Amino acid sequence: MSKTKSIEEINEKIRTGKAVVLTAGEVSAMGKEMSPADVLKKVDVVTTATFGPMCSSGAFINFGHTEPPMRMERITLNNVPVFGGIAAVDAYIGATEVAMPHDIYGGAHVIEDLIAGKDVLLQATAKGTDCYPRTEVKTLINKNSVNEFIMFNPRNAYQNYNVAVNTTSKIKYTYMGTLLPALGNANFSTSGELSPLLNDPELRTIGIGTRIFLGGAQGYVAWNGTQFNTGKPVNAHGIPIGNSATLSVIGDAKQMSTRFIKAAYFEKYGVTMFVGIGIPIPVIDEDMAHRVMIRNSQIETNVIDYGSGNSELLGKVNYKTLFSGEMILNGKKIRTAPLSSIKVAKEIAQILREEIISGRFLLTEPVALFSKTTGLNKCEIRI
Amino acid sequence: MSSKRFVLTFPPELTSEPITYNLIKQYDIMINILNAEISPGEIGHLVLEMSAPTKVLRQAMDYIKQHNVDCVPLEKKIHYQHDKCIHCGSCTAVCFAGALTMGHTTNELHFNAEKCVVCELCLKACPLKLFSIDISE
Repeated sequence: MSKTKSIEEINEKIRTGKAVVLTAGEVSAMGKEMSPADVLKKVDVVTTATFGPMCSSGAFINFGHTEPPMRMERITLNNVPVFGGIAAVDAYIGATEVAMPHDIYGGAHVIEDLIAGKDVLLQATAKGTDCYPRTEVKTLINKNSVNEFIMFNPRNAYQNYNVAVNTTSKIKYTYMGTLLPALGNANFSTSGELSPLLNDPELRTIGIGTRIFLGGAQGYVAWNGTQFNTGKPVNAHGIPIGNSATLSVIGDAKQMSTRFIKAAYFEKYGVTMFVGIGIPIPVIDEDMAHRVMIRNSQIETNVIDYGSGNSELLGKVNYKTLFSGEMILNGKKIRTAPLSSIKVAKEIAQILREEIISGRFLLTEPVALFSKTTGLNKCEIRI
Repeated sequence: MSSKRFVLTFPPELTSEPITYNLIKQYDIMINILNAEISPGEIGHLVLEMSAPTKVLRQAMDYIKQHNVDCVPLEKKIHYQHDKCIHCGSCTAVCFAGALTMGHTTNELHFNAEKCVVCELCLKACPLKLFSIDISE
């Protein structure tokens, strides 16, 4: 019977300073010469990370009560509408929200400004009630003046993602970046062998309650992410091909850093937010050792035409090729370009490694694991 | 023989002097037009690559300046806020000229201004809007 390690055993090694913690990049390189049994013996934790644009992000904020009190209904922060359809002074700042359709400043910028400690203009109106008589407010807030500022992102850290190309004769501006006509480029947005959910493709160690690095602070996996899909075909290395599992994550935005939360604007698409996520993967058995040794050459994804509007599947490619700077599609050599930052992802994996080694970051056993039989529904037009 | 890229800025009133023609004909400079923006009555811009012996290039500069045309090396006109860059690589997607590339070992963005053809696609492609090209001054 092969050896196994429990999370508690690994945490005990962390507490006593005996744990061996490596980044996913280091383990992938080791994997060329070592067997999973060797890796299980030598390595306790592997740190994974990603820093890419993740639209499905945002933050809850509680402004505190004014004197006299107010049930804030229509609310803006720096003129960006925020969702006030919850209790009196609670709101949700959606990362992609803007005041006017073509604005380049949006919810993500408000979040970044708040994390940076800047003052933000709060304006709100209300109908006024017997218990909340005030009908208007205009003031400055910042992260120290508010009660809670909690990042809660419904869908982050996609396990794999499509490569976007454009077969049409016109330039296309998409959430996958600028796509030049006639297969002028191929854009991808995953950190490959460093990516959290590609190092635990069956989600054996990551589940509800898993402690993670989120935007520079310690955060948690709250739930599965929206559009969580376990139904994608899996390649010979156990990796789902194309968009599959996702995570919903939560953390204290007051503790985060603008180095790892960055507002962005994609031309003619809109505002989005780069989110830095790091997840430690415990090497609990030979199977997990084998998983964390995954290399870019073994991770494949679909190449999709984002230009034509019908999302046609044009081929498959692996991440070794994507990171090389060029790929061949339909006999044509195409430049490949990343949208997610490997430099910052590596920095996050390294920080998380140091946090664990120092004993400040202990691993968690998931409170519950995710469903393994989830598919996607379409929104049918029924009327 | 040296090869350099310049941004030429023409005053609105300059219409009679065939500058580009003379650069080729009189100075025997090999010219490659990379970008041109000329409208009647407005300041015009011409982005050129000029190849000629250094001495000839210097004479040509004097000729251009005599006609009140501003001539500045291209790299001085492009601004990239390196300190704010997150090295995502989005700009490399559109840079068909190969001026913007990702370093394979550093994972950092490299900007080689000498390869830039001033297509301005990176201005839109950068999600943090860190590029600007100032050819209007």
